[in-house]
Amino acid sequence: MRKAWFVLLLCLLAVMPALAQDTTETPLDVSDADLEPWTCPEGFEGQTLSVFNWSTYVAEDTISNFEELCGVTVIYDVYESNEAMLARLRQGNPGYDILVPTDYVVEIMIQEELIQPIDLSKIPNFRHVAENLIDTPYDPGNQYSVPYQWGTLGIGYNQTVVGYELKSWKDLFEYEGPVAWLEDPRAMIDIGLMMLGEQPPATDPEMVFAARDALLENGGNVVAIAQDDGQALLERGDVHATIEYSGDIFQIMDSCECDDFVYVIPEEGANLWTDNLVIASGAPNPELAHVFIDYILDPRVSADIANYTAYGSPNQTAIDLGYIDEELLNNPAIYPSEEISERLYFSAILPPEVDQAYADAWDEVKILLRR
Amino acid sequence: MARTLSPSRITTETIHYDANRIRRDMAVRKIGKIGLLLNPIFTYFFLWAPILLLVIFSFNDSRSVSTWRGFTLRWYNNIFNDIVGTEARFSTGLMLNALGNSLFVGIIATIIATIIGTAVALSLARGNYPGKRFVDSLLYLPVVIPEITQGVSLLIFFNVLFDFMSTVTGQRAQFGFGTIIIAHVAFNISYVAIVVRARLADMNPRLEEAARDLGANEWQTFWRITFPLILPGVISGALLAFTLSLDDFVITFFTSGVGTTTLPVFVYGLLKLSVTPEINAISTLILVVSTVLIGISMLIQGRNATRL
Amino acid sequence: MAFNRSFGTAAYTIRQKKSGGLLALPAVLWLVLFFLLPLAIVFFVSFMSRGPRGTIVFPLTLEHYNRIFDIFFPVIVDSVRIALVTTVICLLVGYPLAFFISTRKSRRAQQIALFLVILPFWTNFLVRTYAWRVLLGGDGPVNNLLLSLGLIETPLTLLNTEFAVLVGLVYGFLPFMVLPIYASIERFDFRLVEAAYDLGANDWHAFWRVVFPLTLPGVVAGCILVLIPSIGAFVTPDLLGGTEGLMIGNLIQTQFRGTGNWPLGSALSVVMMAMVSLGLIVYMRFGGQN
Repeated sequence: MRKAWFVLLLCLLAVMPALAQDTTETPLDVSDADLEPWTCPEGFEGQTLSVFNWSTYVAEDTISNFEELCGVTVIYDVYESNEAMLARLRQGNPGYDILVPTDYVVEIMIQEELIQPIDLSKIPNFRHVAENLIDTPYDPGNQYSVPYQWGTLGIGYNQTVVGYELKSWKDLFEYEGPVAWLEDPRAMIDIGLMMLGEQPPATDPEMVFAARDALLENGGNVVAIAQDDGQALLERGDVHATIEYSGDIFQIMDSCECDDFVYVIPEEGANLWTDNLVIASGAPNPELAHVFIDYILDPRVSADIANYTAYGSPNQTAIDLGYIDEELLNNPAIYPSEEISERLYFSAILPPEVDQAYADAWDEVKILLRR
Repeated sequence: MARTLSPSRITTETIHYDANRIRRDMAVRKIGKIGLLLNPIFTYFFLWAPILLLVIFSFNDSRSVSTWRGFTLRWYNNIFNDIVGTEARFSTGLMLNALGNSLFVGIIATIIATIIGTAVALSLARGNYPGKRFVDSLLYLPVVIPEITQGVSLLIFFNVLFDFMSTVTGQRAQFGFGTIIIAHVAFNISYVAIVVRARLADMNPRLEEAARDLGANEWQTFWRITFPLILPGVISGALLAFTLSLDDFVITFFTSGVGTTTLPVFVYGLLKLSVTPEINAISTLILVVSTVLIGISMLIQGRNATRL
Repeated sequence: MAFNRSFGTAAYTIRQKKSGGLLALPAVLWLVLFFLLPLAIVFFVSFMSRGPRGTIVFPLTLEHYNRIFDIFFPVIVDSVRIALVTTVICLLVGYPLAFFISTRKSRRAQQIALFLVILPFWTNFLVRTYAWRVLLGGDGPVNNLLLSLGLIETPLTLLNTEFAVLVGLVYGFLPFMVLPIYASIERFDFRLVEAAYDLGANDWHAFWRVVFPLTLPGVVAGCILVLIPSIGAFVTPDLLGGTEGLMIGNLIQTQFRGTGNWPLGSALSVVMMAMVSLGLIVYMRFGGQN
């Protein structure tokens, strides 16, 4: 049903430029003038919404504007890793409405019934989401999630210090200066697999342990395994290169006002991740949660967030209408070319024994890397 | 004493020996003096270097905390604006909210721990009952068990407890201020008790006996004699508890729930991005406020001391 | 009169007997319920099996302990070593400082000297540790100072080393060494030193034979207060240690995130507690006798 509705919408969107051609010169799906500022449906005044999101992941006024427009209070908590969020939710929903899990975590949360289906008919702004980010392998038909932001996990490095281009994971591993890895079993073991020429993720524990050995062989230059703060080490020169999320590297490019830092999507391939808006099972206020998701998907709101965090916006309308900063939009490391896009892969959920092997192998990598 | 008793035993040889010895002793003394002078200088510098750094960078005109880009009051302004309510910045608001949570947890946990801790200290110092040794060793448990073990064990414990409760009542309790405060009280009781007990040990028990001899009942003896005398101990115990509570990251990390992010947990989340200048600014403010409070308390204490 | 007094005292103690136990009750309940019981549960969970996605299931197993002795043991040994070194450094630095503080002439000067030790600790622990990250960094103030003094040619790698972990741990736990030692030196009767001088002792002997033994309780308390949290530290090695400074606390913490392994994490905690208790028992057997 929903899918049919969806196809219909896509057809409509495809037809619309033709209809709009006369009035606007650019081939837009929706014109700026059509796009009314977001308004809040009636009847939510005085209610409360609990949001559990990554730290520094909304624009300064995103939440306060929503509170003002709807006359509601938002309780906003932050977490620093999917694992931390999952651990909390598995103990039973402590009262959150909105969560922002990463792709494969959405799949886990669906399986474990930690999140509830979303009614897309209550989210008219869903039509703005880019095509390649809907109907994903981790949530076919977007029954449970809508994309919030997306990006890649690649290499950030200081080109002045390194002195040459790092293009691949291999280049990173062969570099002689100090580098940092990321404290993330999934991401790191998958990189080991790519070094072996395998397509992540691993399908059995044997593959995982092979990837572990590949990492250990190439870990001679690793000085730190960063808790998602490799960009800080890079910025201060404590490492010359780091495995990091795209947006984190862009943030230091921005703040240093220099040309030292480069982000690259490695040749062997890289993880394309999305963070997604979902509604927790047992959410105290699912109605308001739908309204909030619709608000976030408003092109202007979406663009504000993307401009602030420098991650990829899933909001095609915001991109088409030029709400996203030109500079960000022209950066192939944020919005990669088609050729690069083909080398990106989504993380998928793993069978339990492989999942455990990932965790075990990563423990062993950390222990054996000590000198 | 032997020397004064038998002066005849002093010979030229021993005088010669003594001169050498004196020379050596003076050298030892000199080394000791220099060491005692240099050590505090270096150690105080060591203790204050990071603080100095964060104070300096709270005035840095850049979001960077490693390169100096000029003087600004921007970060203090942000905090100030947020408190007064104009131009509230979202991230600053979150930080202040976390600070508020920290203070709330700290105050409640300190009050409970101080009452319970003082009571158990009194019972150990003055009481005589079976199981006293057990109570004594129980009190040292939080001191000898590493924090991370405490945090992890409470995480598992509350999970098991909540699972059990939900099968019995159908309602699932949640991690939140309750669990954090329970955890904080659990480690603070001991510290309060140890400090108060030390004070009680220094106190002359005859004062209490005297009060009783003069016809005071137990209640009066406690409030008129014992309590005023151990009050400094109770206050230092409470201060210690409050500090530990405010600073605790590990145990809070494992026991917090919705809307209960305390300042340390918030800062840990921020490390993902690197520490913001606002964090430096608020740390500086906390430092200044606590210095002033301590200064005032010292002045009051000093005045009381001279009056007594 | 004498009769009266002894009678009063007896009555006092008798009445105390009743209320004494009651006064301890809340603390006992709280600590048994929220400390002892959780520890017992951890012990039990350490023998359980790991289910899918971090759940705890039957049957009972020794698997986690086997894995610990196969793979994790070197990290445990290193953590104990790092903690011991931290304790020794804290003692070497902390004792003279405590001596300095407690020998200030006026009470006021003592108080100020003491507060200068405690005050930095009113700033959040994580923020202070983060500051060390900046201080020890390749481009940090320490390296810049050494470079400008001409002591080194190229920046030293200070961060992400075991050295950085030691600095962080000593920094974090020094007050726990200074305060108990200060308390015992402050109580120490310096007339005993005069007596030692009169008996022909020099400063060295007076210190080792008189001052140090009599302030030993403070030293022991300080060592325990530094050693134990150092063994279980995880924030300091996490922020400062890099790959080299990995400690057991880091590995425990990661077992409680997401796909982590709660029973393994519990088993690691149990092994760590066992090490700590072993240390305390050894101390009580041998150190405690003196």
